[in-house]
Amino acid sequence: MGNYFFETEGPIDRVDGKQKVTGQALYAGEYPLEKLCYGVLVGSSIARGNITAIATKEAENAAGVLAVITHLNRPAIPGYTGEGDSGPAGMKLMSSPAIYFAGQPVALVIADTFERAQHAASLVKVAYKTTESSTDLSTQLSKAAAPRRGKSEYSRGEKNAYKKAAVWIEEDYVIPHEVHNPMELGSITAVWNGDQLTVYDKTQGVKASQRSYAQLFGVPQDNVRVVAPFVGGGFGMALRTWPYEVAAVMGARKVGQPLKLMLSRSQMFTLVGYRPHTIQQVGIGATRDGILTGISHDATAATASYEEFTEGVVRMTQFMYSCANVDTRYRLVPLDVSVPTWMRGPGEATGAFALESALDELAYKLDMDALDLRKKNYAYTDPESGLPYSSKFLMDCYDQGAEKIGWYKRNRQPRSMKNGEWLEGYGMSSGVFGAHRPAATARAVLAADGSLLVQSAASDIGPGTGTAMVKIAADVLGLPYDKVRFELGDSRLPPAPTQGGSGTNSGVGAAVHDVCTAVKEKLILAMNEGKAGFSKQPQQEWLFEKGRIGNGAESISFSDLLKNMGQSAIDLTRDSKSGEERQKYAFYSFSVHFTRLWVHARTGVVRIKQIVTVADAGKIVSEKTARSQMVGGAIGGIGMALMEEAVFDHRFGRMVNNNFADYHIPVNADVPDIDTIFINKPDPYINPMGAKGMGEIALIGYAASVTNAIYHATGKRIRELPVTPDKLL
Amino acid sequence: MINFDYLRTASVNATLDAIKREPRAAFIAGGTNLVDLMKRGVTSPPRLIDINNLPLKNIERTSSGISIGALATNSAVAINEMIRSDFPLLSQALHAGASPQLRNMATVGGNMLQRTRCTYFYDTTMPCNKRQAGSGCGALGGYNRMHAIFGASDKCIAVHPSDMCVALVALNATAVVRSNKGERRIPFGDFHRLPGDTPQTDNQLKAGELITAVEIPSNKFQQHSFYLKIRDRSSYAFALVSVAVALSIENNRISDARIAAGGVAHKPWRLLNVEKALTGQPASVETFQKAASIATQGAKGYGQNNFKLKLLPQAIIQALETASS
Repeated sequence: MGNYFFETEGPIDRVDGKQKVTGQALYAGEYPLEKLCYGVLVGSSIARGNITAIATKEAENAAGVLAVITHLNRPAIPGYTGEGDSGPAGMKLMSSPAIYFAGQPVALVIADTFERAQHAASLVKVAYKTTESSTDLSTQLSKAAAPRRGKSEYSRGEKNAYKKAAVWIEEDYVIPHEVHNPMELGSITAVWNGDQLTVYDKTQGVKASQRSYAQLFGVPQDNVRVVAPFVGGGFGMALRTWPYEVAAVMGARKVGQPLKLMLSRSQMFTLVGYRPHTIQQVGIGATRDGILTGISHDATAATASYEEFTEGVVRMTQFMYSCANVDTRYRLVPLDVSVPTWMRGPGEATGAFALESALDELAYKLDMDALDLRKKNYAYTDPESGLPYSSKFLMDCYDQGAEKIGWYKRNRQPRSMKNGEWLEGYGMSSGVFGAHRPAATARAVLAADGSLLVQSAASDIGPGTGTAMVKIAADVLGLPYDKVRFELGDSRLPPAPTQGGSGTNSGVGAAVHDVCTAVKEKLILAMNEGKAGFSKQPQQEWLFEKGRIGNGAESISFSDLLKNMGQSAIDLTRDSKSGEERQKYAFYSFSVHFTRLWVHARTGVVRIKQIVTVADAGKIVSEKTARSQMVGGAIGGIGMALMEEAVFDHRFGRMVNNNFADYHIPVNADVPDIDTIFINKPDPYINPMGAKGMGEIALIGYAASVTNAIYHATGKRIRELPVTPDKLL
Repeated sequence: MINFDYLRTASVNATLDAIKREPRAAFIAGGTNLVDLMKRGVTSPPRLIDINNLPLKNIERTSSGISIGALATNSAVAINEMIRSDFPLLSQALHAGASPQLRNMATVGGNMLQRTRCTYFYDTTMPCNKRQAGSGCGALGGYNRMHAIFGASDKCIAVHPSDMCVALVALNATAVVRSNKGERRIPFGDFHRLPGDTPQTDNQLKAGELITAVEIPSNKFQQHSFYLKIRDRSSYAFALVSVAVALSIENNRISDARIAAGGVAHKPWRLLNVEKALTGQPASVETFQKAASIATQGAKGYGQNNFKLKLLPQAIIQALETASS
């Protein structure tokens, strides 16, 4: 590790907060361009079948309409190679009359105003030949099969060993179809200039989007610029290029004008992925004194008929606890639905609900404290790889969280704690996610005035990446925060990974650290050469503070030193990536969630009263934004536990609650005070800051802390989310 | 484009003339439901008559009770001192509805006329007899978790979504409506109707009529009123079941009782049998349980909403306990 821990300025405010709350931040659908036109997608009203006729004349003749594009007249998309309606970029937009899911784009209407485009879209008449659709995972389990790609089965030791244990349970756990639905709608503005393409895009990765558009539209990557300095939330929905974005880029080229396309809120429920409906079975057994002897975890998830999506639903079971006999199986059922994608936590959050519920059930069957059971089976080395952990302070998480919420002061018996008409319950659960360090490049320019510009093509979908990067740069160089600017969200900047899998702070942060350290070394070299003109020379260690370098007695500003060096700026770029430490250690972030809640005995209403959420995410770079990240995860977890469920009418294969009135997420009144605790001990191996990722662990496991608390409160075990009041009557 | 005319009127008479000239026109006040319906393509009136300038916002004491202008906003009524002191049930019900932003826009008359929130009604590609007569009822055999357990028909099982109306029906309010033919008073319990074979008609309002006020007679329920709303989240959600309770208790004996339920029928549902079972009885848990046990007489579940048969009596007991304490 470098000398990162030189922190001068205390907590940092969000560097772009003011721009965001005053409306100055421009999002993908807000660029005021000349001759801008508007695209609206028409969605299929059936879930499966074929288009037999599509009447577009009326729409084409409507006022202001520039083009109506369907599978009959769609311009060629060079990147759509290979047979069939699915390719490397997912479903090929309007490539045949075949319908694979309700809401599938069947026409793109382009007009000079949004309203005219929307109206013309309503005039497109589509006739279908409907085939019986199947959208219900629970009735299609017999069709479950191993994914075509990736490993579907894992085992160590004996399979189904739990059944031989002295004490064991075996239960099914179900999570429904859940949607990301960030506040900002899926939005894109595409501008062609000859064969140069600029895309203002809602994306979690400008470089990945750039590659994708270049490939799809057959132009060199350098011809494509993707711009996304602000993203209004993502939760995973903007991790890939979706057909709506392809439609916008294609449409803009077709009409020769800049084109904007924003999905409607209801389209957000079907066109940009979701967390799939997943049915899991967990068997878990232990000796009478609580030593785990077997865990079996079987998961079956929905996917699309036209594209396979897999995620790590059973991963956590493979490595979370010390247990000699573990086997997992993961299978998919293709349905007539759109393709899922990673949603915060992703599969691990799904799996953690099952595993962490099962542990709670086992603990009660053992008559043992649920936290003690976890501690008893604590993994001191990674049970999957056998490697030592790079760092693991999960035990501290358990202890500090338990202390804060008063875990051991509760009466452990179910339905034993009452508060008037309310039954009180305590629940806890754990979360874990791989701590990654994706490769990244950063550029730093120390200007003549002593200010620093740092650049990397990272994204910030909300965690405060820009803020954390300013913090790292300022800390490395001893600069005031307001002297540092970080630019992100533009594919012309040095490459950075897509923001996903909790890797940005680690990977991009390391690049920022490294390039700023290189700048610092240049300054130190100049100091050692006497460029400061100090009376005493040389100095062993220079103090970097408030934009100045000194030896305690004398100091010089960066600006004056640059002048003395005869340089107008120091401009450096550094690549940064992980090394062989990845082979030597197991890298994980950990979380523990505690929930205290009330359940109304008569009406089944649940009120969450207190949340304590604890993270071992290594060194915390920016405490304020890190806290927001944990709070957001817990709130997402409340939704997952108590509210969120996309409901289908399987007769029609259509979602029936695809709006924010019927698909519930928590409101402020559902959210209690949330205590966040960070162990805040640096990981010595992950990156120069010692910072592990946090985005996923904030959510992973949380829902189980709620259902476990509901069991404690009521004696009722709910294994199918969400826990709405009717399930507790 | 689906164009429409927009007309703003300044007096009740001018409004009544305007609706007579274009009977297909829709009145718009807060617009919190109508605008959504127009955006979703559920309704497309050729003309909107903006009635916000009409002098119908006053809340006034009358010799027999209180009169609330049809254009008084939900928030204005909810925080009005006379309403809070004399008709606390109404204030509570209003605060249980929607969100502060919506309550600031929504009016008393508009609240009464809001359409069902049945998802099949809003999705124009789905069957719905209320939206398109003869197209079928999507909710029957479909997603009916939020739907009616009382008074439904094989044509429609939708519920009326209002909280305010549940309190008003319990308080024996009267709707005052005007047309060119003069004024008419409709007891609140008769204002909304059951779906029967014509679910496209929500209420008894006739063509050319405008709601001008709601009147509530004075009562003795100030000490023992409670509006309980059970919903999927703490705010900004429609009721799974709601219960409006107003009791008059003398010497620990219930001398008068009013109970109505929301989220259970095509109209705010007065539970006269429960009221009867309470009247004259001691205000005790035993009484409440006994009375609640007959609340679902004649009720019927449609699958996903069967839980309401259990939830409603529980909610009634809870609301009675809270109101009586």
